[in-house]
Amino acid sequence: MLIVDVLLAGFTLGGMYALIAMGLTLQYGVARIMNLSYGEVLVMSAFGTWFAVTRLDWNPVAVLLASLPLGYLASWLIYRVLMMPLVRRSGAGPALEVDSILATFGLLFLLQGVLLLAFGGNYYSYSYLSQPVDILGSQVAANRLVVLGFAAAIGLGLYLLLTRSRLGTAVRAVAVAPRFAPLVGIDVWRLSAIAFGIGGALVAGGGTLLSMFLPFSATMGVVFAMKALVVVIMGGVGNLLGCLVAGLMLGFAETLVARFVDPGLTLAVNFALFLLVLLLRPAGLFGRVAR
Amino acid sequence: MNTRRSFLRRSALLTASAASLAFATLAAGPAAAQAGPDKIRIGWAVAKTGPNAPGVATTVLPNYKLWVEEINAAGGIQLKSGKRVPVEVVEYDDRSSSEEAVRAIERLVTQDKVDFILPPWGTGTNLAVGPTFHKHGYPLLAATAVTDRAPDLVKRWPNAFFFLGTGHGYGEALVSYLEQERKAGKIGTKVAMMSVADGFGVDLGGAARKVVAKHGFELVYDKTYPVGTQDLSPMLNEIKALAPDVFIAFSYPPDTLGITDQAKVIGFNPKVFYTGVGTQFPLYKNKFGANVDGVMSLGGIDADDPAVQAYFRRHKEVTGQEPDRFASPIVWVSLQMLQQAIERVGVDRAAVSKELAGGTFDTILGQVKLVDRQWPKLWWVGQWQDGEFRGIAPTDRAGARPAVIPKPAWKP
Amino acid sequence: MNALPSPAAAGNPAGAGRLALQALMVAGLALLAALPWLGADDYLIAVGINILQYGVLATAWALFSGPTRYVSLATVAFFGIGAYTAAVVGETLPWPAVLAVALGISVVLALVVGLATLRLSGVHFVIFTFGLAELVHQLVNWYEVNVTRTLGRYLFVDITQVQIYWQLLALLVGVLATGWAIRRSRLGLALQVIGDDEVVARHVGIDTTRAKLLLFAISAGFIGLAGAVMAPRWTYIDPAIAFNPVISFQVLIMALLGGANRLFGPLLGVLPVAILFELLSGSFPNHFMILLGLVFMAIVYFIPNGLFGLLQRRRHRAGKEGSK
Repeated sequence: MLIVDVLLAGFTLGGMYALIAMGLTLQYGVARIMNLSYGEVLVMSAFGTWFAVTRLDWNPVAVLLASLPLGYLASWLIYRVLMMPLVRRSGAGPALEVDSILATFGLLFLLQGVLLLAFGGNYYSYSYLSQPVDILGSQVAANRLVVLGFAAAIGLGLYLLLTRSRLGTAVRAVAVAPRFAPLVGIDVWRLSAIAFGIGGALVAGGGTLLSMFLPFSATMGVVFAMKALVVVIMGGVGNLLGCLVAGLMLGFAETLVARFVDPGLTLAVNFALFLLVLLLRPAGLFGRVAR
Repeated sequence: MNTRRSFLRRSALLTASAASLAFATLAAGPAAAQAGPDKIRIGWAVAKTGPNAPGVATTVLPNYKLWVEEINAAGGIQLKSGKRVPVEVVEYDDRSSSEEAVRAIERLVTQDKVDFILPPWGTGTNLAVGPTFHKHGYPLLAATAVTDRAPDLVKRWPNAFFFLGTGHGYGEALVSYLEQERKAGKIGTKVAMMSVADGFGVDLGGAARKVVAKHGFELVYDKTYPVGTQDLSPMLNEIKALAPDVFIAFSYPPDTLGITDQAKVIGFNPKVFYTGVGTQFPLYKNKFGANVDGVMSLGGIDADDPAVQAYFRRHKEVTGQEPDRFASPIVWVSLQMLQQAIERVGVDRAAVSKELAGGTFDTILGQVKLVDRQWPKLWWVGQWQDGEFRGIAPTDRAGARPAVIPKPAWKP
Repeated sequence: MNALPSPAAAGNPAGAGRLALQALMVAGLALLAALPWLGADDYLIAVGINILQYGVLATAWALFSGPTRYVSLATVAFFGIGAYTAAVVGETLPWPAVLAVALGISVVLALVVGLATLRLSGVHFVIFTFGLAELVHQLVNWYEVNVTRTLGRYLFVDITQVQIYWQLLALLVGVLATGWAIRRSRLGLALQVIGDDEVVARHVGIDTTRAKLLLFAISAGFIGLAGAVMAPRWTYIDPAIAFNPVISFQVLIMALLGGANRLFGPLLGVLPVAILFELLSGSFPNHFMILLGLVFMAIVYFIPNGLFGLLQRRRHRAGKEGSK
């Protein structure tokens, strides 16, 4: 079934893009940290999962339950220890952007160096649930469905957290109006740390999920970070729905072009689509122009 | 801001620049002690980081380490005089960049004054450092470069040696082998081909494309995909719908894993299932287990040969990982040849080059003699059989197995 | 980095100071140019090439990005186009013509892209330029694979390493001279205003788009030339080599470290970073990444305003103490 094939491929790929971008949009949109080491955190989590699955015989889903809080903790610490001095120094002004890019660039090297030392440059991969599942006559790997399901669940949970809870409201206030949030009694720095931590939880979870079906190596972090960045900017910084829509757009564009035009053009079309969106809506699909 | 201040700043700047340059000279200065007769200095600059790092970590670096380990464990390389001289290593990281690689080689030559330089990984990097090796007269044993230009390059660089054949060689050998199978009635004429849009895929894909018709096949699908494509399922679904007899993917390691995974998931099981680099990696067998049986690719090995088995064992013992079944043994052969050439003629680089070009060497893959400084005796096609990736073509080579066609069904 | 004083004021030394400065610069230049004869070995020249290459790239990058504050990651798009052009026509055209073609293509592309994109601002421009570099990479790749049916070009021309070194040196002088001239021109003044506040600039009647476009094209031209000059060094060029995004990031980091607002600022960033890379990768090939990361973070935390800012503060302090 051609249509089902395309739908399935588009959703699984697009869902994956949205998944890896959601954490970054929180870190960048709320905490105002352009985290270039994002991809390294993702790959670290993938390696951690590989280790737990192949050496300790854990179930990857159980690893996911561990990697979410671990990711939160690690990222929260990164924010408190490494980013706070920069935030304080810049007063969260425009200098923060440059400083955080430079600092996380250093962190990128550091983390990748540690990974290379620990695991070497090789590709790693393990098999989990790669059995076919039949959906309306099309086969799709069970692991991809699991990943899609978790991506949707995590995204939905996060959305509810942001829109339905007190914490979420405060986080959104910081995202939209960082200078005014303190006026209503919001501790911006505490919330930024929390948002950065949640972003870290998402990326760690994303790393675990990705490792279920993608081979990875210590040097691949940059690839994921760039993909995430494209999705974040395209969707509008700090906007979860934007992430989802942009991710799906890219996933479907890639799938459709691969199937009906020429697979050689998939990445070119992705970047063209991204550039086009930016030209028409400079702040991204769901972004506000003046932040 | 007054003029004096800005003048001062500028001169300070210039001084700073000059000082930094001087600093660079000094820092680079501690050129190692002259290579005496009591040791042989070996240098290499390979990608420990960046996109080439997996290739280096799989195929190149374990062999280099094993080589040094084995030589020094034996007390060194035995020169003509009967004296054993240990090797000493200087290593750099080329960070997967051609420019870094060129500079690192210059550094090995002029600063570290090493006696021999082992090559980097990959076609692009080997070609990038070619002129530098040539300029300084160092033999370049390019064991991981697949290029159609090899016959021209050996003319241009008299110290260059190419071990891994040409894209044309692999393409032609594969298709002509398949023709025999077709004539034997085992497969039909429909071929579907996908290739990665990078040097490797384009060279091999181009070679195969040129000869499919000549060998009586029909190309029903022929598309490329960019490096780094994360989902190849649309292509595979389309190919499956065409029901080809032969499926060929000239792919890179991550794609090779993805393609195999996806083929298994959608139950795409053509009579001939051929994937590219990565198929020969231990990782592939670890991931797919018994499902690897029947998968074909380039390279291969005569796994029953005791010399090969001994090499596998040592490799695993010393480096903790198994070698791949494509370029790893060939890198090892090139190192064995270098060692034997040094044993015969000493550390004189010109003499070593001459010996490599004309001599016959005893290696794990038997007696090797280069032809026009290229290795003619490659395994062009291999197949996973009984848990080992075995050579099947050229069919007249010792240890060649008949291919299992059709490929057995995927096991759940 | 915003606190730096305006660059226009610094570009105006007069009288004896200027003469001495010029003499010093000429002498320094002569020294650098003569380096290959002064016993510099191949490795030193190779290091020199690396420093000069990034010197040209970072200075050219800052020509546009410094005054406008548009942070561009498209450096490698133009660098790659230059290198690729050299690979395509390098063996058929005489070398000066090759450089001219590379220059032309880079400038034209910059004009086209600039027209479309310069209305983006802030981080969107950053990511856009990154996407642009990748798009160019993908398109070149696709063209080679599907049209020419060969990927990876071989460039055999008789250009020695020393000649590359000299060409880069000339290019560096060219880009510095251009930067200096721009700073003294009306265009420089206009850019100053744009950098401070683009809305104000438009209100006082500056054609901001034209000014930015012009600068973008000039900057891209130099970057493209640098790519063409470097190409013969690698023999084999494929899109992944030519359009390696690491180059964009490295240029950005170097320029920011040195201080993008000053003509010589980027150079000041290039020297320590290039030398640091070289020292670390030589001495600690297996811990290079970790050390580099640590050094990098140390720089951010302890030298917040770029090296230029640091130098300036030092001098400021020294001046105060001296006047007491």
